Amino acid sequence: MSPSVRLQEMIRVIRGARTQGEERGVIQRECAAIRAQFRQADNGTRSHNLAKLLYVHMLGYPAHFGQMECVRLIASPRYNEKRVGYLGAMMLLDEKQDASLLITNSIKNDLSHNSQYVQSLALCTLACMGSAEMCRDLAPEIDRLLRASNSYIKKKAALCAVHIVRKVPDLGELFTPAARSLLCEKNHGVLHGAVVLITELCERNPDTLEQFRKVVPELVQIMKGLVMSGYSPEHNVAGISDPFLQVRILRLLRILGRNNDTASDAMNDLLAQVATNTDSSKTAGSAVLYETVLTVMDIKSESGLRVLAVNILGRFLLNNDRNIRYISMTSLQKIVQTDHNAVQRHRGTIVDCLKDQDASVKRRALELSLALVSAVNIRSLMKELLLFLSSCPPELRAHTTSGIFNAAERYAPSQRWHIDTILHVLTTAGGDVRDETVPNLIQLITTATELHCYTVHKLYRALITDISVQSLVQVACWCIGEYGDLLLRGECEETEPVQVTEDDVLDALETVLQSHMSSPATRGFALTATMKLSTRITHNVDRIRSIVSIYGSCIDVELQQRAVEYNALFKKYDHMRAAVLERMPVIDKSSPGHTNGESAGGIKELEQTKLTQEVVLPKDPGNQVCDLLDLLGGSGEPVPSSGLSHTVPGPATSTSGGDLLDLLGGLDVSPAPPSVKVYEKNGVTLKLQTDSQTDTGMTITLTATNSTDGDITSLTLQAAVPKSVQLQMKAPSGDVIPARGLGLVTQTVLLNNPNKVSLKMRVRVCYSSQGAVCQDTVQIDSFPSPAW
Amino acid sequence: MMRFLLLFSRQGKLRLQKWFITVTEREKKKMIRDMTLMVLARPPRSCNFLHWRDLKIVYKRYASLYFCCGLEEHDNELLTLEILHRYVELLDKYFGNVCELDIIFNFEKAYFILDEFLMGGEILETSKTAVGTAMEEAATLQETMEEYMSKPTF
Repeated sequence: MSPSVRLQEMIRVIRGARTQGEERGVIQRECAAIRAQFRQADNGTRSHNLAKLLYVHMLGYPAHFGQMECVRLIASPRYNEKRVGYLGAMMLLDEKQDASLLITNSIKNDLSHNSQYVQSLALCTLACMGSAEMCRDLAPEIDRLLRASNSYIKKKAALCAVHIVRKVPDLGELFTPAARSLLCEKNHGVLHGAVVLITELCERNPDTLEQFRKVVPELVQIMKGLVMSGYSPEHNVAGISDPFLQVRILRLLRILGRNNDTASDAMNDLLAQVATNTDSSKTAGSAVLYETVLTVMDIKSESGLRVLAVNILGRFLLNNDRNIRYISMTSLQKIVQTDHNAVQRHRGTIVDCLKDQDASVKRRALELSLALVSAVNIRSLMKELLLFLSSCPPELRAHTTSGIFNAAERYAPSQRWHIDTILHVLTTAGGDVRDETVPNLIQLITTATELHCYTVHKLYRALITDISVQSLVQVACWCIGEYGDLLLRGECEETEPVQVTEDDVLDALETVLQSHMSSPATRGFALTATMKLSTRITHNVDRIRSIVSIYGSCIDVELQQRAVEYNALFKKYDHMRAAVLERMPVIDKSSPGHTNGESAGGIKELEQTKLTQEVVLPKDPGNQVCDLLDLLGGSGEPVPSSGLSHTVPGPATSTSGGDLLDLLGGLDVSPAPPSVKVYEKNGVTLKLQTDSQTDTGMTITLTATNSTDGDITSLTLQAAVPKSVQLQMKAPSGDVIPARGLGLVTQTVLLNNPNKVSLKMRVRVCYSSQGAVCQDTVQIDSFPSPAW
Repeated sequence: MMRFLLLFSRQGKLRLQKWFITVTEREKKKMIRDMTLMVLARPPRSCNFLHWRDLKIVYKRYASLYFCCGLEEHDNELLTLEILHRYVELLDKYFGNVCELDIIFNFEKAYFILDEFLMGGEILETSKTAVGTAMEEAATLQETMEEYMSKPTF
């Protein structure tokens, strides 16, 4: 057996090993020696053998056989052996190992040891790897130490108590009184430990939180003392007196002041003082300021203080230090919902950060930019985002594309802009978009009826340039299939038309079909598009017939199925071909998630205006209701219910962008429920459709359209129902019906009919058309059945 | 709280590991590997903060050693930079112009100093001098054996 070497010798030898194999050899020899030594009786070398084993463990080699040795060493009376034993326990044992239970007794004894250094070893080890049982066993000891010992032990006992509370939250009550009294200590270490303990207790128990709100003045005093105190060599860091303690106190104040006015008031002055007096030229000061800002934003602070905080963040944003910029953006992200305008002011700087070299800063800037998109800045901000997309790191691309799509859907100023944006994204980063993008884009294109020609031209050009991006290719194929006739016509208002022949178009589709880059789904799209073209072109139908018949024996079963069916369409059902392949209907957006023209979500301002408008109660219905009453004379004494709202126009949103389905909701291609025309006069048509119907009520939607050449303005709808029926009219989507059927106004009406009387409704329509005010009343006696 | 503190060299060799949470050996190895890869891949002069799983990672390079720690949601990253700096200062004071070799050959001392400075993932002592004092006093407690007379090590 080779003589065991000293620790340092061993380290030197291991480091000298030239290959991994050599190192393994040395270590195996050493471990064998160590194991042998462990088996022997105490020979005074146990501690340094364990130390050697710990070194080997750090290199990544197994060292579990040292666990029992740790237990033995901890029980030794010699300090240096205890020290290494406890170190070994912290490194090799954790609460999952059985051996850890064996040291509980040793720890218990050592906690009452004469020497504070032995006590501290026990405390440290308990705080590092104490299991729940150990904590429960030893909690009373810790509590005792918290009260009656010197500061050196008190501070360690405090953090040990923190660990115990984390492991066994119920024991929190045990430590609460001691924690309270520790706040009176002068020693910074103890004070810091006390603050951490109180923070932990308050976070876990709302009652304790209530209790500790009373100490806010005390904390404020301590903090003031730190801020105002002169230079203390022991605690000074770059001009700040004990920034570690300051930050912890600020964090505790945050928890205590949250949702509580009195506590927040008590700390307002202090926070203002810290915010203005702290020197932030070095990291320590910035750390304190950062924590102050977080606290100010989280508690119920007065507006002046909030403005100060946001300004500090703005200053941070301009700092040269990347870390500070990163921190600032993280904080701005937290408050962008609540203090949107304040953050908008810094939009320019944030967008500049998109161009920063650093990946972390870029990520933060992206998140923040996406949160700052609004109807006002959508165009300029989207330009920046698209620019960013072309050069962004690969791990951020998927997030960027989905963020862009969400923003475009909410705030698109026009459909053409929306389509252009999506196409741009697909060409730049088509491989990183979500699957729903293709159906959503298709749906968008179908609704933008006047842009079909433009869209198909753009997509055709994209297709002949590059067929590798599957999502783009799929949409392009679909469009060409649908609107190929517009493409071939060779004229287009919005863009330079291409002069293509039918063969060119079929060539493009065949390239997609045959390319190895095309996924099976893409090829399906291409085949269907080819088939659809058979009714839209005139000369090359035979070519299509031959393509389709070839694929009748394709090895991909999906393609084969399609091809065989299309073949049948050519042969046996040729008379139906034109009807089957005609233009697809516009995909309807009557999904449950769609609200009357209001953009889903949106920034706080929009929400606030929406709220105020819904809250507007009917002014004394007065005259108009009486009129309705008179009109309604005979049938069943209908009385307008309190739900008769003076219809206030909802927020004027652009109809184009706002009517899309939520990207996440997917497509809902349900057939339109039948709608009944209830009023038609002067070019204004009012249709009624039943959304849903139960035994005791129904939801209907009134839709108004305008076929005149001028806009219809100031449209209001009022309704009256029989006495026992309750009526609630939701805010209409607007009060202007654009001319020539370019838009419509909808309003949802909820009827609650608990007595199940037969439902009738009288609707009064008022509007201005070509300068003249018109008013009509219409009676609805029967409602159409709902679609489902 | 801090979840872990790792020290590793530019070649990815681990010099110190302190775990303030309970994880399996396997998980520890995985985390060490992830940290090493992530941090060593960072270009110089980049931001010291990273995001990994649900943790904030703060790292700082001192000469040939990387100090890397994992923080929870509510921890102050800038303050953690100060914590790392303070630890380096403490090592420097103890060893006198500390370098990586000191930490390699005297790793247990590095741990003892760390245990006087941090505990349970939180700062234990904010005073610059108290840690040094504690180390000195603890050292006098150790029985002096002749083998160890010449060097302040094991």
